[in-house]
Amino acid sequence: MIGLSHYLTLAAILFCMSVVGIFLNRKNVIILLMSIELMLLSVNINFVAFSYFLDDAAGQIFVFFILTVAAAEAAIGLAILVVLFRNRSTINVADLDTLKG
Amino acid sequence: MSLEIIVFYLFAAIVVFSAFRVITVNNPVFAALFLVLTFFTCSAIWMLLEAEFLAITLVLVYVGAVMVLFLFVVMMLDVNVVPLKEGFVKYLPVGLFVGVVMLIEMVFLITQRYFRDADFPPPPRMTDADFSNTEMLGRVLYRDYLFQFEIAAIILLVAIVAAIALTMRRRPDTKYQRPAQQIDIQRADRIRMVTTPNASADTARPEGGQS
Repeated sequence: MIGLSHYLTLAAILFCMSVVGIFLNRKNVIILLMSIELMLLSVNINFVAFSYFLDDAAGQIFVFFILTVAAAEAAIGLAILVVLFRNRSTINVADLDTLKG
Repeated sequence: MSLEIIVFYLFAAIVVFSAFRVITVNNPVFAALFLVLTFFTCSAIWMLLEAEFLAITLVLVYVGAVMVLFLFVVMMLDVNVVPLKEGFVKYLPVGLFVGVVMLIEMVFLITQRYFRDADFPPPPRMTDADFSNTEMLGRVLYRDYLFQFEIAAIILLVAIVAAIALTMRRRPDTKYQRPAQQIDIQRADRIRMVTTPNASADTARPEGGQS
């Protein structure tokens, strides 16, 4: 029988892999955005699993809203990426030092 | 070993493998395609959790819209891959260290102390054939979470406006219509009446008279 801990462990593995992905691909903005999407997906797995095992619909509603916000975030992030590439001709994070921060 | 366990482990293995390929593959196009595989398999796992509506929504929204947007942007930008990978080996030890430590902590919490399977028994199966996950979600969403639902709609609207406003640019050499001036035009601006001196003689000349 598959218990709650199986799903939580799967989500934890996915979350940690996306954290490692942010460390490894810190030059590439596209892969960074994909890693953030993976993080949101792992959190959504947790919500759906708890919603199932606690027999409560609120978890699935929350996943619904997370999907909405994640879609908006992806759209705006990619729009920023397109503008960035148009102005600087690069998406390398190391070259984005205009603000001298 | 029941079929459900086999299906869960198969899909979990596919999810982990494709997520691993997303963060390690060189080409961003392949990374996007592996991310599609991850989302698709994850929707199958949500089917196991009897969240059918969200599983279909994940396929429609993510695989159908967001990942197509990702692929579109990745293919539109002519990205040179090689300099983007230069810190890969350099940051591998610290990344692996942080990831493995986080994973050990999380798994320790999940399996040892708080979320044991005995404390969370699976709910009774929905034996009712007419039970609809979509209908249940709709009732909860439109009854208890209506205000939040409308806020989500506004967030999407803001995202549309922001994405268009960010990427829209006006080229100086492009010609645009000005509807206000088009409507505001007067007859005198377009037509100039002239009187030619021997108009009557020109029109009276017969056809072919030049020969």
